[in-house]
Amino acid sequence: MSTHPIQLEVNNLTTCFRTSTGNVTAVDDISFSLKKGETLCIVGESGCGKSVSALSIMGLLPPSGYVKSGSANFHNDNLLSMSSSQLERLRGNRISMIFQDPGSSLNPVMRIGDQVSEIFKIHLHMSKKESERKTLEMLRQVEIPDPESRMLAYPHELSGGMAQRVMIAMALVCSPDILIADEPTTALDVTIQSQILNLMIQMQSKTETAILLITHDLGVVAEMANNVLVMYCGQIVEYGDVKTVFNSPVHPYTKALMQSIPIIGEKTKRLDAIPGRVPSLNLLPPGCRFEKRCSEKNTNITSDCQEKIPPIFNLNDNHGSRCWLEKED
Amino acid sequence: MSKLGRVSKTLSDNFDEDLLLQEPMSVWKRTFKRLWSRRSGKIGLLLIGFIFLIAFTAPIIAPYDPQEVLIGKEIVKLKKREGPCIHMLGCDSAKPQHLMGIDGNYRDQYSRIIYGSRISLSIGFSTVAFAVTGGVLLGALAAFFGGWIDNIIMRLMDVILGFPSLLLAIAIVAVLGPGIRNALLAIAIVTLPAYARLTRASVLTVKELDFVKASITLGASPTRLLLFRILPNSLTPVVVLATLGIATAILDAAGLSFLGLGAQPPMPEWGTMLGSERNQVFSAPHLVFFPGIAIMITVLSFNLFGDGLRDALDPRLND
Repeated sequence: MSTHPIQLEVNNLTTCFRTSTGNVTAVDDISFSLKKGETLCIVGESGCGKSVSALSIMGLLPPSGYVKSGSANFHNDNLLSMSSSQLERLRGNRISMIFQDPGSSLNPVMRIGDQVSEIFKIHLHMSKKESERKTLEMLRQVEIPDPESRMLAYPHELSGGMAQRVMIAMALVCSPDILIADEPTTALDVTIQSQILNLMIQMQSKTETAILLITHDLGVVAEMANNVLVMYCGQIVEYGDVKTVFNSPVHPYTKALMQSIPIIGEKTKRLDAIPGRVPSLNLLPPGCRFEKRCSEKNTNITSDCQEKIPPIFNLNDNHGSRCWLEKED
Repeated sequence: MSKLGRVSKTLSDNFDEDLLLQEPMSVWKRTFKRLWSRRSGKIGLLLIGFIFLIAFTAPIIAPYDPQEVLIGKEIVKLKKREGPCIHMLGCDSAKPQHLMGIDGNYRDQYSRIIYGSRISLSIGFSTVAFAVTGGVLLGALAAFFGGWIDNIIMRLMDVILGFPSLLLAIAIVAVLGPGIRNALLAIAIVTLPAYARLTRASVLTVKELDFVKASITLGASPTRLLLFRILPNSLTPVVVLATLGIATAILDAAGLSFLGLGAQPPMPEWGTMLGSERNQVFSAPHLVFFPGIAIMITVLSFNLFGDGLRDALDPRLND
């Protein structure tokens, strides 16, 4: 895996939002890299900054948001400092994105076939006839039954899973280097979820696209990921390859997350929940952001926990944790 | 038990039938069906169809040329502003038939009313086409780009809206000079802000929808976004307003013509006809009555149609 070239390298990305109560840092100093053919999952609960980091990379932040510092290098070009026309050429071509709600991600007044073939025309400058032929082929690849008649359908005539297949087809038209998937299966029911995930794996093996998968579903992570980033309150709290993070999590937050997964077949009284609540982003504690909810609080807490934000301690070359307990004395 | 089985069977039968036999209807077909199912839509549509029929077949159904002065051309000597002569209703069959009487210049009123439908319809449609094109363009630009562009455009629209519309139209015609083309332009200008505002509001909503963001991630340029993604999805309310706007435009044009600022005589425009004979209301009521009725029916039909269309395009109302 390490021999694969790096497609995207994000360094110290910090994204802020202007709000009426002052500037709020939604993504705080995150760094990661994405290699060819790799699937990197970002997990975390709602509001932890998963989606905002993806939107920052794509240059799609809402008007109130801005990137304060950091870089996102895509083949030696910094995406964050690109002009909008440069970005336009990359988007859909080299970098694509799919969204949570497939039903509302398609233009309601255009036929499916036209929407897909348009991308062939924009990026690959194909003729009408050629792009239509390619569209049919693409729809067949994402396993849409009866693609000839589906091409003429409008988005409201498709089911959610079907619409997400179309979105995937559109995103992968140009065999992009990077596919950012922002909770692609959240709006779908479980059987369709696994179909869509399988489809993504299958398409990835054909195109060697690197996938940045954003989700809060640990089951999805286990199925898809090579590497995992766990985010909490805008920071990366733990990273590593999926086996290490799932089997031997180090950060108390990751541990707590793993404990809150129900185990099928085992009768338990209650699922474990993490006590307390996520601190508000404009009232962050000075020290570790998880300190108040930490399960080690009573036994192992150090004075640093309350006072200083922990740095990421590297445990080995592909595993790290943002916790003072990992500090080597 | 068997009853229950039968009920569930009929249910499943119905379900299958619905699923298999119901061809997905196109948007146009569905809209038309819903429009037709409402009384106002149906009446409006029928009346508009009727008026269009009259306008298209005017040379065939009109007995005279609308501008032909009939004095000396008829066997029996005509009186100025003579009332309607309808043979079926007992008018002397030796006299030529004039369904709506003769106007102040010895012209056949009936032919003039028929030809007037052409003028009114073309005024209505061209004014609205003008106003909608301008308004949609300005509103869409304002909403799409925001910032100072938005501010400049919308404040300008606010200024226009600040004047009473007919007064502003009169002022514009006064500057440009009377005539049907200038009246049309004036009405377009004063009705344009309504379309701009509506389009702006609509575009602002659509702009934030997911599929627009999805299009950006797929590499759509701003022009493509605005023209092919946002605009087609935000035009429904504009279509409704435009239909109702046709009625207003016809009415305003008739008003300007009535005041002598729009269509000039001898053009058979209904407002002009009303205006030039307004002093004869008591001596020759037919000269005021028929143009008035014609205006009223036309305006009413477009209003009914617009109302029906609004209901038909509202997705919250079910069939």
